[in-house]
Order: sequence, then structure tokens, then C-alpha cells
Amino acid sequence: MSVYLRPDNLEEALDALRCRPLTVLAGGTDYFPGRVGRPLDDDLLDLTGIAALRGIADEGGYWRIGALTTWMDLVRADLPACFDGLKDAAREVGGVQIQNAGTLAGNLCNASPAADGAPNLAALEAEVELSAADGVRRLPVTDFLTGNRTTALESNEIVTAVLVPKLPGAAASAFLKLGARRYLVISIVMIGIVLVPDGGTVGNARIAVGACSPVTRRLPALEAALNGRPLDAALGEAVSAETVETVLTPIDDVRGSAGFRMDATLTMLRRGLSDMGRRIGAGA
Amino acid sequence: MNIAAAATKLTVNGEAAALRSPPATRLAEALRSELGLTGTKVGCDAGDCGACTVLLDGEQVCACMVPVAQAAGRDVTTVEGLARDRALSDLQAAFLRHGAAQCGICTPGMLMAARDLLDRNPSPTEREAADALGGVLCRCTGYRKIVEAVLDVAGSQPCAEPETHVRPAAAVGARIARLDGTPKLTGDEVFGADFAPPDALTLRVIRSPVARGRFETGDLAAFRQARPGIAAVLTAADIPGSNAFGVYPVGKDQPVLADRIVRYRGEAVLAVVGNSAAVAALRDEDLPVSWHEEEPVVGVEGAAASGAAIVQAGRDGNVLARGRVVKGDIERGFAEADFVAGGEWRTSFVEHAYIEPEAGWARRIGDRLEIHVSTQSPYMDRDETALILGIGEEQVRIVPTACGGGFGGKLDLSVQPLVALAAWTLGVPVRCTYTRPESMASSTKRHPAAIRARAGCTAEGTLTAFEFHGDFDSGAYASWGPTVADRVPVHATGPYVVPHVKNTSCAWLTNAPPSGAFRGFGVPQSAIANEALLDDLAGQCGIDPLAFRLRNAIRKGDETSSGQVLEHSAGLADCFEALQADWDRERAEAERINRAGGPLRRGVGVAGMWYGCGNTSMSNPSTMKIGISAEGQVTLYNGAMDMGQGPNTIMPQIAADALGVPVERIANIAGDTDRTADAGKSSASRQTFVSGRATQIAGETLRADILRLANVGPAAALEIGDGRIVLRDGDAERTLDLRAMARDAEGDVLAADGTFDPPTEPLDADGQGVPYATYGFGAHLAVIDIDIELGTVKVQRIVAAHDVGRAINPTLLEGQIHGGVAQGLGLALMEEYVPGRTENLHDYLIPTFGDIPPIDTILIEDPEPLGPYGAKGIGEQALIPTAPAIFNAVHHATGVRLRHAPALPHRVREALLAVQEAGHT
Repeated sequence: MSVYLRPDNLEEALDALRCRPLTVLAGGTDYFPGRVGRPLDDDLLDLTGIAALRGIADEGGYWRIGALTTWMDLVRADLPACFDGLKDAAREVGGVQIQNAGTLAGNLCNASPAADGAPNLAALEAEVELSAADGVRRLPVTDFLTGNRTTALESNEIVTAVLVPKLPGAAASAFLKLGARRYLVISIVMIGIVLVPDGGTVGNARIAVGACSPVTRRLPALEAALNGRPLDAALGEAVSAETVETVLTPIDDVRGSAGFRMDATLTMLRRGLSDMGRRIGAGA
Repeated sequence: MNIAAAATKLTVNGEAAALRSPPATRLAEALRSELGLTGTKVGCDAGDCGACTVLLDGEQVCACMVPVAQAAGRDVTTVEGLARDRALSDLQAAFLRHGAAQCGICTPGMLMAARDLLDRNPSPTEREAADALGGVLCRCTGYRKIVEAVLDVAGSQPCAEPETHVRPAAAVGARIARLDGTPKLTGDEVFGADFAPPDALTLRVIRSPVARGRFETGDLAAFRQARPGIAAVLTAADIPGSNAFGVYPVGKDQPVLADRIVRYRGEAVLAVVGNSAAVAALRDEDLPVSWHEEEPVVGVEGAAASGAAIVQAGRDGNVLARGRVVKGDIERGFAEADFVAGGEWRTSFVEHAYIEPEAGWARRIGDRLEIHVSTQSPYMDRDETALILGIGEEQVRIVPTACGGGFGGKLDLSVQPLVALAAWTLGVPVRCTYTRPESMASSTKRHPAAIRARAGCTAEGTLTAFEFHGDFDSGAYASWGPTVADRVPVHATGPYVVPHVKNTSCAWLTNAPPSGAFRGFGVPQSAIANEALLDDLAGQCGIDPLAFRLRNAIRKGDETSSGQVLEHSAGLADCFEALQADWDRERAEAERINRAGGPLRRGVGVAGMWYGCGNTSMSNPSTMKIGISAEGQVTLYNGAMDMGQGPNTIMPQIAADALGVPVERIANIAGDTDRTADAGKSSASRQTFVSGRATQIAGETLRADILRLANVGPAAALEIGDGRIVLRDGDAERTLDLRAMARDAEGDVLAADGTFDPPTEPLDADGQGVPYATYGFGAHLAVIDIDIELGTVKVQRIVAAHDVGRAINPTLLEGQIHGGVAQGLGLALMEEYVPGRTENLHDYLIPTFGDIPPIDTILIEDPEPLGPYGAKGIGEQALIPTAPAIFNAVHHATGVRLRHAPALPHRVREALLAVQEAGHT
């Protein structure tokens, strides 16, 4: 008979993981779909009894998003505009049923190339907090995600939080998703954008693209090209094929061709940036 | 802290409950199996369909993804918790009123998602409603009536009360609410997976992981003996009768369990039977089977290639069937043409994606076998199962459960012979429910088509010639491949007068899932080609596309490609004319929008359709019976299976008027082969037309019998009361004492049946004859916005006009049209089944709440004298023109002709780029 552990505190959970390999369970929205028609006989460590892991807290220099924070918790949270893109991503994760159960941390641990949360978390330069019985470490999201369905998580570790460094209040963000239907759709391309204005220009641009590489990728050359540009509707003109094609490695699959993904990425980047440039420029 | 052994305490629908299932068990499973709350439906076990939506502490979640342990101490509300004191809640009542439930399998999920919304936001907008319900898939309704119901209960979009008390002779035509609707809203409805006797064993099918190959089984007896909970592992050798099934009387070619050779991925190989826990603990790879994979035959090109492997011995060249319709002189037709248009098109495998996977159970009672199953075809199930078991047809009884969507996919056998074989052999009840991946891998599909066609017309825009060839990928077994091969050439010209025609088809065997029946039998595919050609010709002539169609539309007195002269009920031109005002307005609006430039372009397209009701040149009778008991209960013995499309409602409506009693007096016995006669299959848009007419005949016969017994005139009014019938004819009043009459086996003292077989004539070698007794006609207008930089197409509006002969129940008809539009939209834009790759409802995309635009329905009534009160079919008709109208709208917006369905964004973008590049060179 398999084991099902559901501790109410983190220490107990970490202690259990130190002793034996366990499959860690939170919202269940990736665990169960992976086992249709198969026995549910994994040894499980269910974190959902640990109330302290849920919720979003202001910790001074950063926002702490507890590992059990659901997409809906995020949508309902009162957060600055740099989270708007991440909230838009949250609204696109499955249906409301999944938003009510699935967690941001679980989305990262599942490490799908099309993880809806990854682009904006990468653009926010979020870090993942990994806890083990013998200590805690932090990794940038882009280092935590190591490949298609692989992460830097060790078997004795639990992701306990996602930490988002604070940005100036004027920082803005956006999320763009391309899919073949309106709801419940796995992305063909996703874009996460965070722009920190400096007066009427881009002070700091961070851009990440999902579903076009094994992991979400930042676009450093494009970010560099954007810095210092005026915030207006021409912002998208900074996008060039070279700034994107050297970074992304899209594939052909049932949702779209590699060439189309690259092509759509350029269009979405141009639109997303010009739209933000117009919006922020008008407000500045 | 290991809670593996403890019971889970929680509150369910306001009452304390304890669940003993292991803590990792899906809450949906525990609610159903432990608490008997089978209103929570399981459609996918993967959070893709939302049918299992419940409220957990007031928030909607998929109960298939909540481990029982996480429900500890929490408050769960299921659909059974919505009605209070047996009265429908306002929300449920609104669903019933609007026809928001068809088959009813998604309804509990929709209701719970709506409850969650309304508890937070009592007056939502349409957008908010769609966002909240967007996690539940529906395959029947096209979502429009669901959103109407939610907005109605919120007070923002009221709807007229349905007609509940309908006078005699006024039921036909009335918008009465679905008569079988209430249990679909309360969770009481029993679908295929919702009940089996407590002692039933569970059957699990082991399926081929390879598309083509051979296999050997190891020591199955040792496998079984090592597992105490496993009662049997059944193989092909255990089948006492014929290990072959198929929908035609001859040419049955599909094994129930494969015998050493497998021909498609997902083919059934072994059936493991045991207690539910032992069966659930198995992995496919536990079974001692060794596989020898061979290079599969893929696609029609692969099947036709020289030196191609043979899919079925004896089918040299991999040809399953050919079809042909030739009229006039095709060369002369093109010689007379001033303009010619041509092209090639491809479509993909399309999955039925009913939200209820195949399910049922069987038990042996003495020398008889009883099968309870979700099906579209009880009598065919009975006859085929008898052949497989080697027993008499009368030894098999099919008791259909409610059917959670069919669309053609539940015509063929699935679980029936497997549970029958196991129950017959083991002598205990046996149940089987397919998983979603299993359902998708093993069940039939819409035939992928490779089409080459051209058409010609005069400078004035009169069609002169039409030539078509379609190759159809029929997969590994015959199923309905021959039907597609027959139907397509008859219909491929479209509903237009063409003097010179040459339409041919070929169905090919490949190592793919069998392609079978799917709403339209190949005609939705061929319509994409013929309606594109009409637009291209209209463009060459400089004639408006709608005017071009009106000019060529087939009308009464015209001759079809098959040489059949239409004598009645041909309302196609009326359908086109009904679109004219919207057409003019929408085309002008598109022009205005597109003048602004930018990446978003508006397009407006139109397409027509026709579709023969009933089987092609084959007898397809239906018999319906009406009885009156000694107590005065009127019963309709209704073998026309309701899979959501409505025979449980419209047949009583017809019966009521034919007999002359109020519809609420009629009880409906649905499709039990021991109690109802053979009404034929629910397919080919035949039930309203064929069984409807049989019902009318039964009702009129019974009425005539009663009038004769009472010796009153034909105008007499009947009042059927407790134990008597009172007849009033002018001043005369007579009473028949029912209790004094002899009772039959059903307890009826008066009964009559009616049989109708639509008159057809065989097709000759050139496809000339009378293939159908009547045709449905229709036309759709599609308004789309296309993003030319991203290749995305968003349908903004559909106007659907259909000649239905007579609208028996306009609400149900609208529901059929909405659902057909939704499936046509899916065919056009997103649905593509790839064996081994899209065997779930997140990789295989069907339209969601946000994909279906407002749909205006226009019902044209050009009565069909053979039909009941003039009615004919709508089920398949509604789907056919949608995809071509959308593609024509894309062409209008961009000048690009889409030739590959589904038009996924990458295909659209690539087509746009190809045209741009061609323009530059």
C-alpha cells in the first residue's frame, strides 16, 4: 500500500523527504492528468495541509508568493501593475476550476515548455525558494527551469515560495498568448513583458518568450535594444528577427510549425511592446 | 501523518459524510462510487472537460483532480445539492426553459460553474459568464443556450416561458421544454457509467500500442492466478460466435478482440475482468504480451502507393469501397463553360468527442443476456452481439442508458460485446467504462478526405459541369466507410442544378482507427470543396456569391445529380433569400471595416447545403407503438434513441397530436429491445422523418381504432381519464370502459403500431436513381475576423437558415442548429485527431465557450408530405454549411483560399504568406 503524507507543517514535510523519495502534490492539476487510466500508487507528499505555504506577502524588498498560492489567489490579490501580466496569465491557465486549485509553484515544478506562468515570472526576475531539511537556497526562475519537464529541484527539496523582487511603482507588464481556441488552450506562443519606465523612455526592459524553446527564454539583445527608447507606439519597431532567432528554438508540433512560432513571436512582441509604449507613454 | 488508512470526513450537500477510499482517490470517483452521487460526471479525468465540476468550499473545482484527502473537513456541493425539496432551483429551471441541456452529460458541470459565478456575481455580463463557465466543454449545444440561461436567471436576458400545457393537436410546433430534461438537471439521469449491480466485476481492455503488427500472449493463466482479484483474461479464442462485427449485414471485418494481428493503435486485444480494485491496480505493461511492430499504412497516399502493405487480407489494393455518380457528358459540360474553377482540399481525422466515454454493463439471466449501454442503435447492438456470442437475437436484450452524446460515434459496437462476453462466460454482471484516451484511440472518426474538384459555368453564371473525386481514409476496418463512399458522390455537387456531373469516391483501408459515421457521412468534407468552387466561379463571372447560388439553387421540379426530380419540400432558395438582408448589411460593414486597413480583416461568406434523410437507397424502416393501459395511461414505445437530439420529446409531441391528447399525458418508454420495436438507428438525420412518421401513423391508427370502438366521427375529442376514455362528437358523448378490456403483456388494453420506410430506389452503376425520399436544405452566413499577421480566425456571427419541412419543436431545432454550427466551426478551425498524439481533450481541441459566436437561426418550413406533419431531419444538415461558409469568409477577407482543414493559425498564416510571395514574383 502506498504512502500518503499530509503534514500540517513544513518541517515534517522536509523531514519526510529526507528519508525517502516522494511525489510532491499540491493542486493536483498536473498530477492527476498524468495518470489517466493508471493506478494512483505513488508515495505522495501532499503539501496542502501546510497553511503557512499559502498566500502572498510583502517582505520588504520582494513579494513572497507561497508555494500553495493558487492562480485565483493571485488574480484576487492587490498587487502593483508589474503583476498585471502575470495576472493575465493566471486567467488563461485552464478554466476557473484549474485556477482555483493549481498553484504557481506547481506550474514551475511541472516545467512544461508551455507553462503559462513562466514568461512573466522570468520577466519579473522572480526567484524560486527551494527548501530542504538541511537548508534553503534560491534560484532565478530561468535557472530553476532546466529543460522540457526538468528542473533543478533535488529529490529532498520542496519549492516553498516564488519571490518577486520589487520594482518601481511605474513598472508595467503584459502577457500575450496565442492559442487555437479561446479557453483551455495550450499556448502556441506566449510573451511576458515587464517595462520599467525612466521618464518618457524605457529604463529597463525584460522580455521572455514561452512555448518556443524547451524552457521560457529571456531575449537579452532585444531588451538591450529597447532600453532608452521612447515610450510610444513605435516601441515595437525595436523588434528584429536577429534579436529573437538567436535565442529561441521552436519545434514543429500539432499546435504549430517552428517557422510559424518564430514569425508569430515577432508579431506578438511588436504588438505587445507598441501597445505598452502607447499606454505608458500616454500615462507619463 | 500517513493518512493512507483513515476515513476522510467532510460535508457533502450540507450533510456529514465519510469517505473510505484511499486518500489519493479522485474525489469524483469517491463521490460516485461511495456516496452514489453519480450526478458528478467523469469525462476525462484530466481537468480538460469540466464535467466533474463541484464546489469545494464554494469554489468550482474539477473533482477528478482533487484527491479525497484534500476534501477533509471541507464543504462539497454537487449537482444533487442544487434542487431543494425536489424542486428545480431557478438556475436549473432556466436551463430547462432555454434548452441549455441536450444530452445532459456536461450539464452538472455547467450548473456548478454557473452556481459559482452567480454566488459571486449575481448579474454577470455575457463575457463574465463565458469566463466562469469556460472550463466546461459541451459538444451538443454550441453553448449559446447555456449562456442565455445563465443571463436569464441573473435577470439580464429573460426568455419566454416554454409552453407547458399544450392543447391537443397543438403539440407539434410548440416550444415545449425537453420532456426528459429534469433528471439531466438534477443529476438523476443514469448514463452508461452511472450504474451497475453491486456485484458487477470491472472489465478493462488491453489495447494495441502499435498501429500495425503482430502479437503473442504469454502465460495468461499464470498471470491471472498470481492476482486473486482477477477473474479472467479474455482473448479472441474465448469468443464463442463470430469474432467479427461491422455495421453492414455482410463484410463484417472488425474483431472484438484482435487475433494475433493488430491493424490500428488502440485496437482491443485482451479483456481483463476482475474486482474494481484489482483491475485499477493493473498497468497495461503488466500483461504478458509481446509486440512485433510493422511499418503501418498511413493515409490514402500510403494505401494507394505501389507496393503498399495490405491492411486486410483479401482487400487487394487496400480499396474498401468506391462510389460513382455520373450524369450527362462531363466533357461537354466543361466545353460549354465560359469559366472553370478547380482545386484540391484536405481534411483531417475528426473525433466525436462526446463528453460521455463509452460505458455499459451486462448480466446473464438464464439463457438470456441483458446489456445496459449508451448507444445510438439498440437493435443493431442486439443483433451483432448475438452473432458474436453465437446465440439467438431474441436471447439478447439491449436496455439503453441515457446517451451522453453520440454524433455517429456510438453507432458502432464498443463495450457491448466485451461486457456481454464476460458476463455470459463468467455468469456475473460485468461493467466497463472507457477512459478518455481509450475512447479517443479506439472509437471511429470522421474520414479524412483528399479532394480534387472542378466546376464550370457560363458567362451568365449558370453551372454547366461539376467533376469531383474524393479519397477517404477509412482506417483499418469497414465501419461506415462504404456509406461515405456512397453518400459523397450523390451530394458532392452541392444543392445546385448541374447538367453534367462526374463525382467519384474511394474509401481506403489504412492502419488508422476506423473512420465511421460522423454527422454528415463525408458531406461536410465535400461541401468545403463544392462551396469554394461556387465562390470562385461567382468571382470569375463578377456575380455576387449569394446571387450566384440563388441562380443555381435546386428547386422543386429540378433534377439532382442522381437524376431524381424533386417534387416537394425543397426550400433551399428560401434559405438563401432569408440570408439576403444580413448578407447585404454584413458585406457593406466588412467593406467599411477593411477600408481602415490594419492586420484585422472582416470577411463574410455564405454556403449552401443539402442532405438526404435516411439511408442511401436502402430500406430503413421504423416501427413505433402507442398503447393505452386499463388505467388510462398512454405510453409511447419509442425505439428512436435520444442522444440529446430530442426524440424523447418530439415523438411524444407527434404522438399527442396524432392521437388527440395533451402531450403531458404521454409516457415515453425509450429504446428497450424487449419493449420497443426496431426504430432503426439514430443516424442519417432519419429519426424525425422516419420514426416521426411511424409515430404519427401509430397515433392516427390508435385514434381511428378508438373512434371506431366508440362509434363516433373523426372530429371527436378524446379525454382519457382513469380507466376510461370519454369521446365527445358534437352533442354526442360516449365512454369506453378501459378496465373491461383485455390487457396485453405491457398492461395495455388498446395499442397500435405504425411503420414507415421512406421510399427510395436503387442507384444504377452511374449512381442514377432515387437515393433518398427527401432532403434537408440550408444555408449559413459566416462573419469572421482574421488576423492576417497571426493567422487566427475569429467567427463573429453565424446566420443559419434551414428548411426543416415543419418545426416540431423550434427550441430543440435551434439547439440542433447551434450544436451543428459548433461542430462545423471546430471542423473548420481546430479539430485534428492524430493517432497516438491527440488522444485527450487538451491536445485535441473542440470549441469552447468563447469560440462560438451569436447564432441567428431561421427556420424555413416547406412541408414534406411524407414526413410527420411535414417534418424532415436537421441533425447533420446543421453542420454541413458552417465550415465552407467560414472558409469563404476568409477568402472574402483576404483573397486566400484555405485548402486544409482544420485551418489552424500556422496553416492560415502559411497560406497568407504563400499568396503574398506569389504576388511579389
